[in-house]
Amino acid sequence: MSALRLSPARAVAAAPAPGSPAISVDAVTKVYGPRGNHTFALDRISLEVVPGEFCCLVGASGCGKSTLLNLLAGLDTPAAGTVTVSGRTSLMFQESALFPWLSVRGNVNLALRLAGVPKAERDDRASELLRMVRLKGFGGKRPHELSGGMRQRVALARAIAQNASILLMDEPFGALDAITRDLLHDELERVWEETGLTVVFVTHNVREAVRLGDRVLVLSSRPGRVVDEFGVDIPRPRRLDDAEVSHLSGTITDRLRQEVRRHGA
Amino acid sequence: MALEMLGGSTSLPQGTQDPPVRTEREAEIAGLDALDVPIAPARGPLARAWEGLWPKLTAIGLFFFGWQAVVWAHLKPEYVLPGPITVLKALWHGMADTGPAGSHVLLHATATTLQRAAIGYSLSVVIGVVLGLVVSRSKILRAGVGSMITGLQTMPTIAWLPLAVLLFKLSETAITFVVVMGAAPAIANGVISGVDHIPPVLLRAGRVLGARGLNAYRHVILPAAFPGLVAGLKQGWAFAWRSLMAGELIVIIAHKPSLGVRLQNARDFSDAPGLMAAMLAILIIGIVIDSLFFGVLERGIKRRWGLGK
Repeated sequence: MSALRLSPARAVAAAPAPGSPAISVDAVTKVYGPRGNHTFALDRISLEVVPGEFCCLVGASGCGKSTLLNLLAGLDTPAAGTVTVSGRTSLMFQESALFPWLSVRGNVNLALRLAGVPKAERDDRASELLRMVRLKGFGGKRPHELSGGMRQRVALARAIAQNASILLMDEPFGALDAITRDLLHDELERVWEETGLTVVFVTHNVREAVRLGDRVLVLSSRPGRVVDEFGVDIPRPRRLDDAEVSHLSGTITDRLRQEVRRHGA
Repeated sequence: MALEMLGGSTSLPQGTQDPPVRTEREAEIAGLDALDVPIAPARGPLARAWEGLWPKLTAIGLFFFGWQAVVWAHLKPEYVLPGPITVLKALWHGMADTGPAGSHVLLHATATTLQRAAIGYSLSVVIGVVLGLVVSRSKILRAGVGSMITGLQTMPTIAWLPLAVLLFKLSETAITFVVVMGAAPAIANGVISGVDHIPPVLLRAGRVLGARGLNAYRHVILPAAFPGLVAGLKQGWAFAWRSLMAGELIVIIAHKPSLGVRLQNARDFSDAPGLMAAMLAILIIGIVIDSLFFGVLERGIKRRWGLGK
C-alpha cells in the first residue's frame, strides 16, 4: 500500500515547509443574500490545520460548515480574509455523488484521469485503491448496485485517487445506518493512517468527531465562528462507546448547547 | 485485547502480515457488503425480449382485427376502404414485385424517404444538441432563446412549407429545411431539460474532480444529461418523420419516388390499397425505429443507471 502514500518528492513540492500548517484560514468572512439584507455565513473565522492532522468541525445548523469546506476546496471565494491551502484538496459529501453512468472502477479511473495519471498506470492504481477500501471484487458493479456504505467507500477511493494531500469530508457518514457507520469509522481511520492525509471532517455528531479526530473545533451558528477547541488525547483505536469518548463528547455537547441557547434567548 | 495491540500507534501498517484484528474487521465488512448488495433476479435475454415482444404482437393482432371488423361492417365500399389482407398484399407487391407496374415501386420510394430522413435527422441532431448545450449553460441565452425554442417546437411544420418552397423551390433542400425546423427544437429542448435535471451534487463532484471547460462537458455534463438527451432525440425523430411526410406531400420532385409521392399518386388514381400500403410502410418504419433503436437505448440507460426495472 506504500505506493499510495505521497512520494517524498511530491510531498516536498505540494506540502508546506515543516512546521507550517496544511490549511490556514485567517479572518475569513462570507456573506449570503442581497446587499443590505445579507446574513453572515462565516464571520472573521480563523483556524489552522497541521499536515497529517485529523481535524473535526462540529456545530449546529447554520454554522457555515459547508460554506467553509467549499472555500477550502476552492469552489467558492471569501468576501474577506485569506484561505491558504498547501496541497491539493478533494471533497466528499453526504451523498457519494458517484457518476451513475460509470462502473465503480470507471468512477475511480475518471478521477485518476482528471488528476493527470497516465493511461497505462490507471488500471493498476484503480485496483490498488479499490483493494484499499476492500471493494476489490466490485469494480464492475454500477453505483446503484451497491449499498450506501459501499458507495461511500468508492467515494473515498475516488477522493484519494485525485492525489490530494487534504481530504475534506462533509458529513460523509450522515446517511448511513449505525453498524455501517461504525465500521466505516474504523476504515477511514485505517486509510488515514496508511495515506498520511490531512483530514477536515465536518459532522453534527459529536461522538463521531471525538471517535475520529485529533482535535474537535466547535463552531457557532449565524455567524459561523470557532468558539471552542478540544484536543482529543484518547489513544487510538477508539470505539464509539469508550468511556473516555463518551465523557469528552458530553463536555463538547454541553458547550454546543450553550451556543444553541444563545439563539433562543 | 487485540484492539489494544494497535493502540496509539500511528505507524503505517506494512501490509505483509495482517494482525488478527484486521481479518476480523475484514470479515465484518465483507459480511455487511454481502448482506447489503441487492439480489437481482437473473433473467435471460430471451425471457426479457419475449416480455417486451408479446404485448406488441398482441396489440398488432388486435389492430388488424379491428380494422377487418370495420371492413366487414361495410360502412364504406371495399374499393375505398380495403381490408388488411388486400393492403398487406399491395405492400408486398410494392416492396418485392418486379411486375409491369414498375419494379419495387414502394421499395424505391421507401429508400428515398429514409435517405432524406437520415440526412434531415442527422442535421437536426447536430444543430439541436449544440444549441441545447450552449443555451442550457448560459443564463442570458437561456432567458432569451429558451422560450423561442419552445415556441418553434409548437409551431406546426406545415406552416414552414410555403416559406421553404419560396426559399429553396421544389428541392431536396426545402424538404431538409422543413425536417430540421421540425426536429431540431425538440432535440434542443430535450438537451436543455436533460441538463436542468442533472443533480447538482454530480456537477459539484465534477468540479471537485477538476473537470473544467471541455472536460466538464465531456465527462460530466453530457453523460449526466444523456437520459434527457435520448428523450429529446426520440421526440426529435417523431417530429422529423412527421415533417418529412408533410414535406414530401407538397414538395414533389420529378423522378424521385418517395413515400409522400406514393400517397399523392395513389390518391390521384383512387388506388386505396396502394395508398394504405404506403401508410402502413410509414407506420411500420416509425414503430421499428422507435422500438428497436430508441427502445433499446432507453432500456440500456435504465439498466445502467438503476432507474426503475
